Amino acid sequence: MTDLTELGVAAIRDGVAGGDFTALEVAEAFNANVAAAQSVLNAFITPTPEKAIEAAQAVDAKRASGEPLGKMGGVPIGMKDLFATKGVQTSAASHILEGFTPEYESTVSQKLWDAGAGMLGKLNLDQFAMGSSNETSFFGDAINPWRRNDGGNAALAPGGSSGGSSTAVAARLCPAATGTDTGGSIRQPAAFTGITGAKPTYGRCSRWGIVAFASSLDQAGPMARDVRDCAIMMEVMAGFDPKDSTSLELDVPSWEASLSPDMTGKRVGIPREYRLDGMDADVAKSWDDGIAWLKDAGAEIVDISLPHTKYALPAYYIIAPAEASSNLARYDGVRYGLRDLPEGAGLQDMYAATRAAGFGAEVKRRILIGTYVLSAGYYDAYYTQAQKVRTLISHDFKNAWSLCDVALAPTAPSAAFALGDKSDDPLAMYLNDVYAVPASLAGLPAMSVPAGLNSEGLPLGLQLIGREFDEQGVLNAGLALEQRAGFVAKPEKWW
Amino acid sequence: MNDYRIQGATGDWEVVIGLEVHAQITTQSKLFSGAATEFGAEPNSQVSLVDAAMPGMLPVPNRECIRQAVRTGMAIDAQINKYSRFDRKNYFYADLPQGYQISQLYHPIVGTGSIEISLDDKEPEASTKTIGVERIHVEQDAGKLMHDQHPTMSYVDLNRCGVALMEIVSDPDMRSPAEAGAYLRKLRSVLRYVGSCDGNMEEGSMRADVNVSVRKPGEPFGTRTETKNVNSVRFVMATIEHEANRQVDVIESGGTIVQETRLFDPGSGTTRSMRSKEDAHDYRYFPDPDLLPVELDDEFLSECRDSLPELPDAKRHRYENEFGLSSYNAGVLTAEVETARWFELLLMESARAQGEPPAKVAKQAANWLISELFGALNKLGTDLENSPISPEKSGELLALIGDGTISGSIAKQVLELMLETGDAAGVLVEREGLKQTSDTGAIEEVIAKILADNADKVADYKGGKDKLFGFFVGQTMKAMQGKANPQVVNELLKKALG
Repeated sequence: MTDLTELGVAAIRDGVAGGDFTALEVAEAFNANVAAAQSVLNAFITPTPEKAIEAAQAVDAKRASGEPLGKMGGVPIGMKDLFATKGVQTSAASHILEGFTPEYESTVSQKLWDAGAGMLGKLNLDQFAMGSSNETSFFGDAINPWRRNDGGNAALAPGGSSGGSSTAVAARLCPAATGTDTGGSIRQPAAFTGITGAKPTYGRCSRWGIVAFASSLDQAGPMARDVRDCAIMMEVMAGFDPKDSTSLELDVPSWEASLSPDMTGKRVGIPREYRLDGMDADVAKSWDDGIAWLKDAGAEIVDISLPHTKYALPAYYIIAPAEASSNLARYDGVRYGLRDLPEGAGLQDMYAATRAAGFGAEVKRRILIGTYVLSAGYYDAYYTQAQKVRTLISHDFKNAWSLCDVALAPTAPSAAFALGDKSDDPLAMYLNDVYAVPASLAGLPAMSVPAGLNSEGLPLGLQLIGREFDEQGVLNAGLALEQRAGFVAKPEKWW
Repeated sequence: MNDYRIQGATGDWEVVIGLEVHAQITTQSKLFSGAATEFGAEPNSQVSLVDAAMPGMLPVPNRECIRQAVRTGMAIDAQINKYSRFDRKNYFYADLPQGYQISQLYHPIVGTGSIEISLDDKEPEASTKTIGVERIHVEQDAGKLMHDQHPTMSYVDLNRCGVALMEIVSDPDMRSPAEAGAYLRKLRSVLRYVGSCDGNMEEGSMRADVNVSVRKPGEPFGTRTETKNVNSVRFVMATIEHEANRQVDVIESGGTIVQETRLFDPGSGTTRSMRSKEDAHDYRYFPDPDLLPVELDDEFLSECRDSLPELPDAKRHRYENEFGLSSYNAGVLTAEVETARWFELLLMESARAQGEPPAKVAKQAANWLISELFGALNKLGTDLENSPISPEKSGELLALIGDGTISGSIAKQVLELMLETGDAAGVLVEREGLKQTSDTGAIEEVIAKILADNADKVADYKGGKDKLFGFFVGQTMKAMQGKANPQVVNELLKKALG
């Protein structure tokens, strides 16, 4: 019998619908993988095997009575622990929200359950989604299932912030997982683990019920084995939500049905500013491969310029912390979550003690940066200036779209690095987001597709960035790449 | 009143006042959540997930709050900003779950406007003064802390948290406590006409931050202090009076005024320092990334404009011009929207009952309402809003006076009976036999008896004591139990006394 955990979203959906296997069999198979890997890979903060079983049984019952199973009927998934899930701890990988169990379900997760998906568990992440390696989680590192081919067995970072999601999908602990992307948090971990991850246009997926990091940038998206699976899942996750004022009032296109790898007549832009000095040779080579593949798919390759690219990272690291410093003010020990009330302490002492104990170092660093850049006397020099840069970056892309339909670039400047390699150097860590951040600042759809292995045997990702609302263009180019890259490598099971 | 001055040791001082009024917008639900806004509910019974700032919750603007702010702006002839935006004002406090208040700093929804005040409420013909309004913006209210529920802990009630407020910021245009009082009353009146705020200061739906400074007349503005959250017109006036005198004392004894936030203590009528500028929060305002800018289209604006009622100033002028009411009466009847509404119903009922156009019976209705009904209700310890008799029943009473069925003095008696029994005027007049009589035979009979009984006084009258005529009128009316038509009595008496 097939190993059900080798199947992706489309295969499971179709197999369950066609009666090749039951949803329960699928859920049990993945539950077993989750349990076996948990103590080693630490992909999950809270496994919920019973939830997966329950959802699977409901789908099987529907099938028995001839009811429609939903767009993801019978597909168990992992849920990044940033999405509020009713009755299940929602921690944002923080101590301050440890034990917090919401009475509500996020819009995106609800849409997934309504489409017949089940929950294998809540996935690890960087604390409050702040990080690029999953090392800031209060619940410990998630471990990348990939290892270098040097025999050293160094534990590698799965990327971040959606590091639990990338780990779980790559290690076959789930066929797909949700992620959120603020400045690359879906794309970079996808690239680090040889999977596919997509971030739709800002506003496509409701933010209601997602623990906020930086409201103007946060956007949920799918992480899965391939482009088609991402299309299926993104179709379910997206849609207007009146509970989110920034939600796009647009119909969700039939992305899966419209998938096409034919790039004839399409122009692919290669942003010259992304070719940085001292670029990793393997990364540069995979980019060249990507260009060749898209050309082969019929696309015309054009040189484009995004002149303000070099300001994107500094602007991002002002805007995102500024919003975070305010968004995280609600974690104060008054109403829920951790409360540290020293004997005889007053309100201010309680705030200080609670937040000192409840937030990790990286979260504190960003709260401090954000507080600083919004302060009287600094606001214009930092925040206002960063907003201007953000506008210029959007203009860069608008100008580029007159020359091309989609842009191709590396997802990250390197393959997965070892745990601890960058955790003492925030600037080195932030540089990981250099290719991902511009699309976030401009609110554009983007995705990462596995492009091959580097000389160390680690996966590299290629990034596609599209016009506002043109997820289809991104997915199609992604599919063209995927078909030509022929990426079938998977991490050897060592856990 | 124009020349309100503090007499200091070094001469006269002028006081400069600006008010920031927080007016709770009258809506069913809060500014950014669906929770109810009713006053006095059980603590924490009107709190949504958004109000409690649960993780991942997002604000969604309540269109009605925006609409009411726009209508209010239009009512004070203010500039309406078609583009406005919400900003976050960041600070930590236990009654502020989000850790920030959503407000509008950079782009308020309403720009400059003005409010005209009368410099003497008792004398509507007194001169008026225009007080500038700098802006109106919309923001969230905070919750409430309760310190008396537990020996060592404070409790938090979030019912008020997220309720919509308008902050109406005046220019520093007022120069006396009385002007500030008149401004507040006028603003309250306008808000109640518009229906955007119930103006209930006891329940806290209207409160003022009072900015006061003093200067020698003609000199530049002095340093101001801001006294927070003063919740009655009287207290606002007391705050200004105390604060102005305190500032003069400080300056004259060689000190300087520090820019600071103060609190008013209603018990002592004084203010005390809360925090100085140095301790002031850095609120780190920035545009709320959870919310899109508010962009108003022409259709929305014209709906707002079309839905505005006739406002107090316009109404007062109409009462004067159309109904011929005295300026005083017109002012009294239009000061409160309820009074005007009641008056207009009364006028309609009375006109209908008398078969006359409203303009013809308006003076009668105005006089009766102001001099009779107000007094009677006052005696009962109630007001027009809770009046036991309706405009319709009152209209019937006025018609009975109008057609001569009862006299004005009998009408007072009928009104009292109506308030007591709730019966209709016509029924009471019939039952109590209060109909006025013009039956000359009966009156002549009574007169004859009175003149016969008071032969001495008749002689005195005839001897030139003209004032005794009133005595005979009184005796006749008394004998007729007040029901005689006074005009007829006068005529017959004159005839009888030759």
